[in-house]
Amino acid sequence: MSDDALQELGSMIAVRQEEAIIEASVRNGELNVAVGAATVPAFVKFLKTDGACQFTTLVDITAVDYPDRERRFDLVYHFLSMTQNQRIRVRVAVREDDIVPSITEIHPSANWFEREVFDMYGIMFSGHPDLRRILTDYGFRGHPLRKDFPTTGYVEVRYDEVEKRVIYEPVELVQEYRQFDFMSPWEGAEYILPGDEKEGEAR
Amino acid sequence: MDGSSTKGDVLTGEQRIRNFNINFGPQHPAAHGVLRLVLELDGEIVERCDPHIGLLHRGTEKLMESRTYLQNLPYFDRLDYVSPMNQEHAWCLAIERLTGTVVPRRGSLIRVLYCEIGRILNHLLNVTTQAMDVGALTPPLWGFEEREKLMVFYERACGARLHAAYFRPGGVHQDLPQDLVDDIAQWCKEFPAALQDIDDLLTENRIFKQRNVDIGHVSQQDALDYGFSGVMVRGSGMAWDLRRAQPYECYDEFDFKIPVGKNGDCYDRYLCRMAEMRESVKIMEQAIEKLNECKGQDVMARGKLSPPTRGDMKTSMEALIHHFKLYTEGFHVPEGEIYAAVEAPKGEFGVYLVSDGTNKPYKAKLRAPGFPHLAAMDYLCTGHQLADVSAILGSLDIVFGEVDR
Repeated sequence: MSDDALQELGSMIAVRQEEAIIEASVRNGELNVAVGAATVPAFVKFLKTDGACQFTTLVDITAVDYPDRERRFDLVYHFLSMTQNQRIRVRVAVREDDIVPSITEIHPSANWFEREVFDMYGIMFSGHPDLRRILTDYGFRGHPLRKDFPTTGYVEVRYDEVEKRVIYEPVELVQEYRQFDFMSPWEGAEYILPGDEKEGEAR
Repeated sequence: MDGSSTKGDVLTGEQRIRNFNINFGPQHPAAHGVLRLVLELDGEIVERCDPHIGLLHRGTEKLMESRTYLQNLPYFDRLDYVSPMNQEHAWCLAIERLTGTVVPRRGSLIRVLYCEIGRILNHLLNVTTQAMDVGALTPPLWGFEEREKLMVFYERACGARLHAAYFRPGGVHQDLPQDLVDDIAQWCKEFPAALQDIDDLLTENRIFKQRNVDIGHVSQQDALDYGFSGVMVRGSGMAWDLRRAQPYECYDEFDFKIPVGKNGDCYDRYLCRMAEMRESVKIMEQAIEKLNECKGQDVMARGKLSPPTRGDMKTSMEALIHHFKLYTEGFHVPEGEIYAAVEAPKGEFGVYLVSDGTNKPYKAKLRAPGFPHLAAMDYLCTGHQLADVSAILGSLDIVFGEVDR
């Protein structure tokens, strides 16, 4: 799909949905649109029903975690229009405790995708019929895809021969989790040498 | 309807009826892996179907965030382990689009050839196990014989029958030997007869039709609402195929048809898969013809993404350094985000990749086609008989490696 057609579609959406859209741009041959959390259902409804858009298929909902930002998560929706043969990405920046309106009324397929985002990132959706965890274990704690969740997790599970049942225990690593740092000291990594930690304080 | 106390003296014990909840799986042979369905039954009619998934959840997306781009590639084989290379393809496309790499022609043709092998691998497994779910025993035996031959082709190309790691960013790992290409060409001649045998067993089989026709009906509106892709939309009559609609690799120069169904039931989806296998054989034959025109050309874009040739490594210091850095640190992908989708045998398999410019992906989301398909189980099964659940599940084409990730 040519960038011009996408640019045109993007500016058309920006004009028609002026109050909803924060930013619209074409990058890497893909149309990106940023909207506010409160306007998501109305905007998605517009994308689905408008004759020039017809983004009738919800492809995916996911999130990206940026722990340093105040609005920590980017909620990312992908839509596909089979009639127009176009794709669009809708981005919503949300805080950790924000509640986003669910779009299950408009796209029934959003049901599981929103459950997954809730499970993996802990983003809450209002108006979702059944917001349970989906991929993780029954009784799991935490949200694994957050950047502050360790890859090893907190508990491990095994069958106990004495108690004759499956038990959960804190993770015990037999060796350090191997995380290599490939940042080159010649390319701007600022390593603090052992013993130099207090250098700044002395002055 | 639990026969509450007010009418207790009127109703006899037999008349007190309540819905029955049963567990289907996780160790049911028709559950295609580790699916647990909680079914609420009114007699033999399914009132509600609640799939519990995640029993095969391995945290692939989390693991990928701490590994380099190249180290992440083998994870894709373990998603949909029935057609591994199609998954790798999406990952390679995502990286290639962000880095702006152009795949050499021979590499591209080999990818098409092996993607179609993957499609046949997948459809053979699905069609025949669906037949087994509804009571036929011979088709899987015959189908697996053909699958075995295809897996040998996988093995001869990359050394592994299942977990190939053959597609690499920039091309494919190694060139195919000519006798392998010739053997695949020979197989393409023989396979239609074997497929016809399975066709003869099933297509007009009375029991198979009774179990599949008008079961699990999906209208075009349903297919859109529930985010279906692949055979699930084509079975309902929409000619939507990413290979045609949004061509990737060099699919635009191949001549193939897109089979579509009419009624959107399990039987039409079965027919679509059978027809797609025949089309795949056609694509493979064309790919082999084109491969024979470009013998001996490079199969990988030589540059930062790919290792230097063995000969270079022995003579050039820079090549040796590059090889070492590539397999320790890995390559860096420019900052940005991309969504790359391929027409995997099960539907649209997509990778949403967010790169922060380092050697590891900041975020990778794998969009598996089976996930929305399985999410629609409640909608599809409600009102059907218990026995139809396995027929519907079979025609959805679910593999838990990709649903649970």
